[in-house]
Amino acid sequence: MANVPAELRYTREHEWAKAEGGRVRVGITAYAQEQLGDVVFVELPKTGAKLTHMQGFGVVESVKAVSDLFAPLDGAVAEVNEALRQAPELVNQDPYGKGWMIVITPSQPAQLDTLMTAKEYEAFVAGGGH
Amino acid sequence: MRYIPNTAAQQREMLATIGVDSIEDLLARVPARARLTRPLDLPAASAEPELIRHLRGLAAANADADAYVCFLGAGSYDHAIPSPIGHLISRGEFFTAYTPYQPEASQGTLRSIYEYQTIIAELTGMDVANASIYDGASALAEAVLMAHSVTERDQVVLSAGVNPLYRAVVETYVEGPALRLRTIPLGDGASDLAAARKAVSAKTAALVVQSPNFYGCLEDLAEAAEIAHAAGALLIAVVDPVNLGVLEPPGALGADIAVGEGQGLGVPMSFGGPSLGVFSAKQDLVRRMPGRLVGATVDLEGRRGYVLTLQTREQHIRREKATSNICTNVALCALMATIYTATLGKQGLVRVGELAAAKAHYAAERLTRIPGVRLRFGAPYFKEFALQLPKPPERVVQRLLRDRILAGVPLRQFDRTLKDSLLVAVTEKRTRDEIDAFADALGRAVA
Repeated sequence: MANVPAELRYTREHEWAKAEGGRVRVGITAYAQEQLGDVVFVELPKTGAKLTHMQGFGVVESVKAVSDLFAPLDGAVAEVNEALRQAPELVNQDPYGKGWMIVITPSQPAQLDTLMTAKEYEAFVAGGGH
Repeated sequence: MRYIPNTAAQQREMLATIGVDSIEDLLARVPARARLTRPLDLPAASAEPELIRHLRGLAAANADADAYVCFLGAGSYDHAIPSPIGHLISRGEFFTAYTPYQPEASQGTLRSIYEYQTIIAELTGMDVANASIYDGASALAEAVLMAHSVTERDQVVLSAGVNPLYRAVVETYVEGPALRLRTIPLGDGASDLAAARKAVSAKTAALVVQSPNFYGCLEDLAEAAEIAHAAGALLIAVVDPVNLGVLEPPGALGADIAVGEGQGLGVPMSFGGPSLGVFSAKQDLVRRMPGRLVGATVDLEGRRGYVLTLQTREQHIRREKATSNICTNVALCALMATIYTATLGKQGLVRVGELAAAKAHYAAERLTRIPGVRLRFGAPYFKEFALQLPKPPERVVQRLLRDRILAGVPLRQFDRTLKDSLLVAVTEKRTRDEIDAFADALGRAVA
């Protein structure tokens, strides 16, 4: 079983969300990057772009597949991980750390509580993950 | 010959399967008045030699560039076509209606496309070129959509010097995404860049400038690039690659996307097509490019090989989020361009450009000696120019057909303010005798 940090929240599309003060950092889970294989490209939005809960905000491309990235909550993009443009492999190497994708300024912070807990996500993945 | 290959027994079987008695039953819903009750009014079948004689007779009625001296341009040019092209493209490995892209079966085809892309990138001075698009018009329309997707802006500023037929295709393409087009006028033949500076804003996705433009005049692409970039927009340059042996490549002048019609590179005019859509861009835009892209790689044993690359842009993978719905190329025309440039070599291509420009200027000088005939525009031109005539250009064109000369393209159909003007193109193929004969005939026609 891939690493599922207890302090994070999770979506059914395998994004993780981490509360950081008033903002939320987002990336994809260790399980997701394992399934994708080597990530070769990450397409991310511009700072300031508006996000809608479970609507696409970007694309992750691996040697095996192209997948949309989904916003875990409503808000605006506050920061984008520019390092991924040159080093998309960070998503594989450190999905919960240097492989983060965006930071959101949420417009409905309470949406975070509707996301899966680590325990729920583990069960979700154990059940097939989709 | 019968064109419906199934037998009466098979037809009965098919009808029984779908549960009707006759083919007539399938047509019952077509209103009687819409149905033809007699045989089509067609002549009886001909024997093959008879048919060939008939078709040759029809073809001979065409005023084509083999039988006539051609000064037509406006996007399609009578450049010389070296004979190796016809021989090589007729090889069975290339001459197929379908381009096989599978790397395990098609290393030769893929390599020829890779070479084509390399040649286009070198000519345009851009980092990357795709495997080609249908024609210059669709290449420009795709470039406009690409600029919209890169910048997330909705307005496109086009020079009035862009080929009006390309513009019409762009207008069709931008209807879906609801992009707004703005036109900047020409000054004395070249784009009014002061107007461009006013029109281009933070809402502009791209500034589109063609050089030489539709009327043959050279544009200041460097200044256009500076104007576009100052507003965070892209510069789309429309160029004719056969000129780029002589003219500065758009990549060196700051263009972000360079597109154009590659017909001049060894592709016959063929009454307007098929032709060759050239598409090239800067490296950082490669993932937004439309169309197929061939890349070089190595196999497990380290040997060089060629494959389609960055296919995640394309619709068989990205579906509705694909960069474009183009998922093919004009491989045979691209091959013609590849053989053309390889046959001419670096010096040859320079010579083609120098000769075309020199002969065009000689022709303009000869023609404007005719009383009442003058250059319509004052801006510097390359191999094509607009002439103002003292008589209606349509009538002059008709008159010169008798001398077996295709005099040029009357401009009224594109712009009513140019109803007295004729667009004349001169390639390296024209001889001094042909140009002199043209001047004499034109002199008689307008006298």
